[in-house]
Amino acid sequence: MVSSTQASIKNKPVLEMQDITKTFHGFTALHDVNLTIYPGEVHALMGENGAGKSTLMKILAGAYIADGGEIRIDGQAVKMTDPGQARDLGIAIIYQELNLAPNLTVAENIFMGSELTKGGNLIDQDGMRRKATEVLENLNASFDAEDLVSTLSIAEQQQVEIARALKDKSRILVMDEPTAALSDRETEKLFEVVRRLRNEGIAIIYISHRMEEIYALADRVSVIRDGGYIGSLEKSEISAARLVEMMVGRSLQDLYEHKRQTTPGPVVLEVTNLSDGRKVKPASFRLHAGEIVGLAGLVGAGRTELARLIFGADKKTSGEIKLEGRRLNISEPSNAIESGIAYVPEDIKEKRPLNILTPDDAIEAGIAYVPEDRKNLGLFLDMSSGENITLNVLDRETKAGIINSKNLAKVVTDAIKDLGIRLASPSIRAMDLSGGNQQKLLLARWLAINPKVLLLDEPTRGVDIGAKSEIYRIISDLATNGVAILMISSELPEIVGMSDRVLVMRAGHLVGEVGGSTGEAITQENIMAYATGAREVARS
Amino acid sequence: MSQTEVKTTRNGRTDRQKASKLQAWRNFIQIAGILPILVAICIIFSIVTPSFLSAGNLINVIRQASINIVLATGMTFVILTGGIDLSVGSILGVTAVVGVIVSLIPGMGLLAIPAALLAGLGLGLLNGSLIAYLGLPPFIVTLGSYTALRGVAYLVANGTTVLNRNLNFAWIGNNYLGPIPWLVVIALLTVIVSWFVLRRTVLGRHIYAVGGNARAARLTGIKVSRVLLFVYGVSGLLSGLGGIMSASRLYSATGMLGQGYELDAIAAVILGGTSFTGGIGTIWGTLLGALIIALLNNGLTLMNVSFFWQLVVKGLVIIIAVTIDKVRTRSSAA
Repeated sequence: MVSSTQASIKNKPVLEMQDITKTFHGFTALHDVNLTIYPGEVHALMGENGAGKSTLMKILAGAYIADGGEIRIDGQAVKMTDPGQARDLGIAIIYQELNLAPNLTVAENIFMGSELTKGGNLIDQDGMRRKATEVLENLNASFDAEDLVSTLSIAEQQQVEIARALKDKSRILVMDEPTAALSDRETEKLFEVVRRLRNEGIAIIYISHRMEEIYALADRVSVIRDGGYIGSLEKSEISAARLVEMMVGRSLQDLYEHKRQTTPGPVVLEVTNLSDGRKVKPASFRLHAGEIVGLAGLVGAGRTELARLIFGADKKTSGEIKLEGRRLNISEPSNAIESGIAYVPEDIKEKRPLNILTPDDAIEAGIAYVPEDRKNLGLFLDMSSGENITLNVLDRETKAGIINSKNLAKVVTDAIKDLGIRLASPSIRAMDLSGGNQQKLLLARWLAINPKVLLLDEPTRGVDIGAKSEIYRIISDLATNGVAILMISSELPEIVGMSDRVLVMRAGHLVGEVGGSTGEAITQENIMAYATGAREVARS
Repeated sequence: MSQTEVKTTRNGRTDRQKASKLQAWRNFIQIAGILPILVAICIIFSIVTPSFLSAGNLINVIRQASINIVLATGMTFVILTGGIDLSVGSILGVTAVVGVIVSLIPGMGLLAIPAALLAGLGLGLLNGSLIAYLGLPPFIVTLGSYTALRGVAYLVANGTTVLNRNLNFAWIGNNYLGPIPWLVVIALLTVIVSWFVLRRTVLGRHIYAVGGNARAARLTGIKVSRVLLFVYGVSGLLSGLGGIMSASRLYSATGMLGQGYELDAIAAVILGGTSFTGGIGTIWGTLLGALIIALLNNGLTLMNVSFFWQLVVKGLVIIIAVTIDKVRTRSSAA
């Protein structure tokens, strides 16, 4: 592994981007950014959302044209003017949004747009299948060229995209947060593929927010912040502390705000033998006032399902829920909300192009695509930010079903101020906010009902580190004010940094607890020991 | 961070103004929508046929549009939730027949209007329960009721025309409030009440929420089933109102009354810029859409364009208007 880094330094760079500058109508998206990529290296590109990573990659792909600077491939200056040209130069980008036709086979997808033909116009099915199989074998793929894409998992679909890039003999492969939708095991498999490609001399530009992935994969890291180039680190220099400092301009210690609680408040929520008969085996636990309890476990362990059961989003088959000693009868979410239980679902964020101020800007920037199928569970993207914030308190702020806009306006201004949501006006559509601000909008809606119990599902997924630290502050403030918080998260540092106590689920069972009165320290190792089944202790 | 926000935080006021200007522009686009097309059609017709712009003719146009306005208003509620109601024309047929028959029963004449409205509401709620509680697709449920209720209308009318020369609610179709026909008054009142419900009530906000993101709406504590039941109920009720309006104009009803009305209603909603997937749209847009359809009918007739060509032109205008809308929203929404 060390050798590949050293070898690459001796090589000539395959790609040099020098002093790249891009402005959109006076807004500088990138200024004087440098990026040098060698063959056979995994080069991580890091930066907060909106720092300019995507713009830089779009310039590389030929989707945007830089205002200044130079791009050199193998030392030759090139003018990148359209995506087809980038492909011809051996550049392939795998976006988070996969561009596959689910109704076609793997081979047909790999050759889409550049189908092999025989005798002029006839599709060469056999040839395509043979070539596709070759590429897939090289990737060690577990599926067949004949399989329908709709039958593949997300991870496998990603491999199809990679296969398509390899078929084009790409030498530079850009992967934009490829693990965002993958489980841990799938992520490990992807890493294997990435390493294999690296060993074959392909240069990989890897965009990710996750520190563990950078440790596991990157040979070098470059960081950009606010459109400017901050610097690059060699593998030996990489550390979380330095990277965070480079990305946000301040140090890691300040990230997690929460001071661990020593004396828990009174019991607020008591769950006894709650089960849905399928994914959640009878679970019992208590939440105290002012306490942040982390709910950890691997993807698919049943954490979200447990939260949804408490909230009444799914039907329970057994068990009971008590709030402040009173038994609750929750058959649908509205019952839970009336009792003061809030559930902030995971809101899957998508990468979006730079925002646009007027229709003309959109056309000039060459943006015409807004993805249709956003799989978010929380926000109403077509509604204004203000409408999103007030949706849960409409009944409280109304008379005879008629909306009192003055009261609502006050709710909105208060929420925007309390949570530090940055927007020009509450009438801006939720769609037009950044991921971090969307997440705060979602929190604001739930905080407006003054919940006693707050169930958070991946509260910081897909948001940048600046917004993360603000969300941690908000969560911590809520706990200080006596709200009982259950926080589901797949990011262990977040669980460890924020929780007073951690419950761990595995395969539908609550299998362990660390912190609090258990005597076991809240560490990633202890949590993983339960989550993976390495440690089996029945909870009393 | 998005561009809007960055600009706001960096140079404060000017960009805040720019952003709210943008929002105002978007709102204007959403509300004004196809107004330019409506104006263009008026200009063309007034040049070709001078009598077109007379007050008398314009009131006539709105009167011809009135029943479609009422049906399209109900349809707007439904389409805003991402659904569709194909049965409105058939419900109109059933309720018109019911209204006239009840008006013929001695001593029961006054119950004609309530009976027709209740029949419409009931049939709409029937659609709504199948969709909301059994989870059946709206297109299929209402395709079924579209067919079945057409049969019911013929059965209730016994295959003939039911006629009442002394129809006690004939004033609706034939009298005026001042210079304005009652049909127009009723249609406009329907629009105003619907606007109020959609824009100023909790229920209205919930309708937009369900159409925008039904799963999120449920997790927000909105009783999605009730919202769905409500919109199909409204659509049925307004179809019943349409039935009364049709029968009152004709002093009669037949089993085939209202055939094809559902397509005009859907066309008006779509012309008005309401998103077919739900969550976006205004009642004013629907009003404009219904007016465009009526203007085309009226203007083309005044120009002596044959019925066959009228159909061709109407169809093309719908496709062109929606194409323009698509281009427009694409450039404003990116």
